[in-house]
Amino acid sequence: MSVIVQGLSKEYGSQTVVDQLSFEVRPGEILGFLGPNGAGKTTTMKMLCCYTQPTAGTATVAGYDIQTSPLMVRKQIGYLPEHNPLYEEMYVKEFLQFVASIHKIENKANRISEVIELTGLGQEQNKIIGTLSKGYRQRVGLAQAIIHDPKVLILDEPTSGLDMNQLIDIRHLIRELGKEKTVIFSSHIMQEVQALCDRVVIINKGELVADESIEKLSKRMSGDQVIYVEFAQSNVSLLPFKMIKGVEEVILENGVYIFSAAHDADIRKEIFETAVSQGLTIIEMHKDKASIEDIFRKLTKSVIDA
Amino acid sequence: MLSIFRKEIHTFFSSLIGYIVISVFLISIGLFMWVFADTSVLDYNFATMDQLFSIAPLVFLFLIPAVTMRSFAEEKANGTIEFLYTKPLTTIQIIGGKFFANFTLVIFALLPTLIYYYSIYQLGSPVGNLDSGAIVGSYIGLFFLSGAFVSIGMFASTLTNNQIVAFILGAFLCFFFHWAFTYVARLPIFTTTLDLFIQKIGINYHYGSISKGLIDTRDIMYFISVIFVFLYATITVMDTRK
Repeated sequence: MSVIVQGLSKEYGSQTVVDQLSFEVRPGEILGFLGPNGAGKTTTMKMLCCYTQPTAGTATVAGYDIQTSPLMVRKQIGYLPEHNPLYEEMYVKEFLQFVASIHKIENKANRISEVIELTGLGQEQNKIIGTLSKGYRQRVGLAQAIIHDPKVLILDEPTSGLDMNQLIDIRHLIRELGKEKTVIFSSHIMQEVQALCDRVVIINKGELVADESIEKLSKRMSGDQVIYVEFAQSNVSLLPFKMIKGVEEVILENGVYIFSAAHDADIRKEIFETAVSQGLTIIEMHKDKASIEDIFRKLTKSVIDA
Repeated sequence: MLSIFRKEIHTFFSSLIGYIVISVFLISIGLFMWVFADTSVLDYNFATMDQLFSIAPLVFLFLIPAVTMRSFAEEKANGTIEFLYTKPLTTIQIIGGKFFANFTLVIFALLPTLIYYYSIYQLGSPVGNLDSGAIVGSYIGLFFLSGAFVSIGMFASTLTNNQIVAFILGAFLCFFFHWAFTYVARLPIFTTTLDLFIQKIGINYHYGSISKGLIDTRDIMYFISVIFVFLYATITVMDTRK
């Protein structure tokens, strides 16, 4: 196992941010680490990089314990923090030289040009970091994370805030890196995880809610249905709809009510009848198979009760 | 430690900080020594460098916290501290690298004043008529004093994310440890009882004693202790931030 997390917990005062988290990552696997904002993804990653101390439990990275041998763990890890902090006033190349010297890399010049080529920084290598666009900053962040050829890469929301082209480039890069390394990357975008990962770990409020391969996860939920309903009225009382047999959950998103239902039940008729009895006018209703987005939503239950 | 040291020194001299610190120090000391009539060596009629050694702590009081204020406050504000602390570096390496870089910059500012020594040596009548022993002692005193100020300033920088707060706090702590004890010791209630003891807590007492050319291991130990106490406090603050 490349990364083993065992009962990892983190409390700040009385607030539990990460609660008894356990999972494992195999060598060469790309693991998607998912959860809504504030679920504890970043805290978990910071603990794996030995930046934050866990309050209970432990983890090993490439065989080294994060509490007893943090320096060895940091040698094995390439870490891209969430906001990608960089020394703004340094030149790209100068910065990479600095990182290479921290890692005591032999044959620095060679490795730096290798990494620059790998991350596509060729054109920007003589610029000051502060003047780079977000996409290139992210590449510099990745370059510093991989410069010492780490066994494990931990990337915290590597694609947030990027435009479409940059997003595709960075994803491509992650996929390339994932061929040789163990990659754990966090995201709250489901499609991205679906496109990149072999496996997903979903956490919510610091607790593990799913740890499965992508195929299994979508198969498990594939029978489920979702029904999208739009009403003409804006103030809708959800209670009568929740009483309908077969309805598992109702979510309001951008004015559209999303009903989740179990496999076999077709609840469209009941929804219509309930709407009529409530004096509501349905202006749109359609049925769909549960997408991976819905699975994520269902698992993390961001239910809005109207 | 070396990579942090090199990076910090490089930052000083690739931005204006390094040059400003050195020129401000040399200009202010130069003005007091050679230009202002009240303190100028030329009007003083004695071949001495006392002016330099009495004014330098005052200039350092403002200059050193200005150098050290960014050490940790800036890293914390930019989040780069997370970058450093997830690299295979120990807290001691990070803090040591920064301490020696800051210290080196201050010593760089101090070095050109050796020219003043040479000038006054040549201007003496007869040539060389000055108390070299006291001057060597004073330089050693100033060397340790800057080390103490650097570690105090770095400690102040760990307490906040804001560089201005770090500067003010650093300058205040330097002032406090340099002069405050001297003045507190003069309060009537301490006279003939604790006054000497209180004076000895302050930096000023030990600096004054080394400046006389009397290099006492107790004074050297005092300075080394101050440096280590504040560096230790710096390490403690940085390690408990988690």
